[in-house]
Amino acid sequence: MKSARRRQSNWTAYAFLTPWLIGFFCLTLGPMLGSLYLSLTQYNLLSPPQWIGTENYRQIFTQDGTFTASLLLTFKYVFLSVPLRLMFALAIALALNKGIRALGIYRTVYYIPSLLGGSVAIAIVWRQIFDGSGALNQFLAWFGINGPSWISHPDYIVYTIVSLSTWQFGSAMVIFLAGLKQVPADLYEASQIDGAGKVKQFFRITLPMLSPVLFFNLVMSIINSFQAFTPAYVIGDGRGGPLDATMFYTLYLYLKGFSFFDMGYASALAWIMLVIIGAFTALVFLTSRFWVFYGDQEGR
Amino acid sequence: MNIKTTSADSSANASEMSRSRTAHRAVRLRALLKHIVIIGFGLLMLYPVLWLISSSFKPNQIIFSSPGLITQTWTFENYVNGWKGLQGVSFGRFFANSAFISVMSVLGNLVTCSMAAYAFGRLNFRFKGLWFSLMLVTIMLPYHVVLVPQYVIYSKLEWINTYFPLILPKWLAHDSFFILLMVQFIRGLPKELDESATIDGCSQRQIYFRIILPLLVPALISTAIFTFIWSWDDFFSQMIYLSDINLFTVQLGIRSLFDPSGQSDWGGLLAMSALSLLPITVIFLAFQRYFLEGIATTGLK
Repeated sequence: MKSARRRQSNWTAYAFLTPWLIGFFCLTLGPMLGSLYLSLTQYNLLSPPQWIGTENYRQIFTQDGTFTASLLLTFKYVFLSVPLRLMFALAIALALNKGIRALGIYRTVYYIPSLLGGSVAIAIVWRQIFDGSGALNQFLAWFGINGPSWISHPDYIVYTIVSLSTWQFGSAMVIFLAGLKQVPADLYEASQIDGAGKVKQFFRITLPMLSPVLFFNLVMSIINSFQAFTPAYVIGDGRGGPLDATMFYTLYLYLKGFSFFDMGYASALAWIMLVIIGAFTALVFLTSRFWVFYGDQEGR
Repeated sequence: MNIKTTSADSSANASEMSRSRTAHRAVRLRALLKHIVIIGFGLLMLYPVLWLISSSFKPNQIIFSSPGLITQTWTFENYVNGWKGLQGVSFGRFFANSAFISVMSVLGNLVTCSMAAYAFGRLNFRFKGLWFSLMLVTIMLPYHVVLVPQYVIYSKLEWINTYFPLILPKWLAHDSFFILLMVQFIRGLPKELDESATIDGCSQRQIYFRIILPLLVPALISTAIFTFIWSWDDFFSQMIYLSDINLFTVQLGIRSLFDPSGQSDWGGLLAMSALSLLPITVIFLAFQRYFLEGIATTGLK
C-alpha cells in the first residue's frame, strides 16, 4: 500500500517536472555536450562537422591575438565595473537606510537605470552623451575642459561602457537595502555605548552583517559582467571597433560563430569562457569562508 | 508625578530646551542637506533618460546643439517619422511582434516554472536531490555554452526566422531562476494546508491548482514582470534568430534605424527609442511593490 502510494507520488511529481526535464536534456545538457563535441571539430553549419581534435584550442591559445585581447578587455571591464557598481550600490543604500523620508521615491529613481539599462535604446543614448560633441563634453566645456571623443578613441571607449554598467547599480542597491534592514538595531546601540564611531561601526557591524548579501551580489555581478554583449555591440560599431577596443569576449564569440560561421571555434571559445567564469565563481566561493558571516555566528 | 517635576524644574528646562532646539535645528539641516544631495545625484542618474525623452521632441537640427532638457520648439514630427519604420514596415508591427513574444514567454514561464517549483517544493520523488542541484547549476551557466548547438538544432528544424527559438525555452522552464524563486516561496507556505487538503481527499494535482497556485500569486507576478522585461530586451537572441524584417522586434528595429557611421534621422530614432522604454516603465510603475520586493527577497539580477 505504502509503496503503491509512493509510486503514485513519483509519477505525479515527474509529470509536474516533465517540461523542465525536457528542457534540461534538450536545451541544456544535450547542447552543452554538443558544444563540447563541436569545439573539437571544424563546422560551418552547411557541411558535417569534421573532427580536428584539440586544434581549435591550440589555435586559440597560441595564434589568436584577438582572443587574448578580447579576454584582457573583458577582464578590464569586469574588474572595473563590478567593484564600481557594488560600491555605488552600497554607498547609496547606506545613505537611504535609517528611516529616511520618501525612501520609496528615491528607491524607484535609483532603480530605473537597472530597469532600462539593458535596452538598445539606452546604449544609443550613451553613445550620444559620450560623443565628441555630446552632453558630457559640453558639460566639461563649462569648466574649460576640452574632452576627447569618448566613443571613437580606442583608449576611452571601454570606460564609456563601464560607466553604463556602473549607472545600473540600482538592482544591487535594492538587495543591499533589504540586507541592511535585517541588521539588528541593538548591535549599533551596544557599540555606541562602547564608544564606537561611525567608521568603526561600518567595518565592525554593517559590513560583516551584510557580507552574505555582498557575496551574492558579487557572484551574480561577475557572472553577468562576463556575458555583457549589447553595450559593446551598440556603443562600438558592432564589429569590435574602433581598433578592437569594444571586442568583448562575447562579441568575439558571436562574430566567430555567426559572422564567419566558424562554429567549432565559437564552441571552443564558449567552453573556455565557461571554465573562466567557473574558476572565478569557485574562487569567490572558496574565499567566502574568510569574509562571509552567516546568521548568529560571531564575526571574528 | 509629571506635574510635580515640571513645576520644580521649569527654570532649568528653559535653557535646556533652547540648547536642544539648536541641536535639533542642526540635525534637521543635516537631513535637508542629505536629501538635497540624494535628489541631486538622482537627477544626474536620470539625466540620460530625460535627455532621451526631451530630445525625442526636439526638431532634428537642434538635438545635438544643446545638452539642456528644456527646448523652445516642441515637435511631434519625430514620432510620426520614426513610426514609419523601415522598408515599409512600420514600428507598429515591431511593437506587436515584441509584445507577442513577451506575452507568450510570460505565459510559458508561469505555467512550466510553477509546475517544476511545485514538484521541487512540495512533492517527494526519487532523485529529487540530484535534479534540484542540477537545476541550481543551470542558473549560473552562461548562455553561450549552449548557444551554438541550440542554433544548430533550431536551424535543422527550420525554425530560424520563427519565434519558436525565443518562446519554446520558456515553455520548457529553461529560466531556472524563476523555479528557484517559486520554490523558495512555496517552502514558506504552511504545510498544514496541503495536509488537510489531502485528508479531504484532494489529489496532488488538485492541491497544485486549488492551494499552491492561488497562494503563489505574488511570486507569479514577479516572474511575469521580469520575464516580460527580459524578453522585451533580449536583443542578442532576437538578433541571432530573426532576420526577416516582418518579424523584427522593437530592439531590432531600433538597432537597424541606428547607423553607427552616420545618421540621417536622429529624431525618429530617439523617438522610437523613447517609445521602446514605455511598456517596461509602465509595467514597472504599476507593479513596483511586487517588483522591488521580488528583487529584495530573491536577489534577482
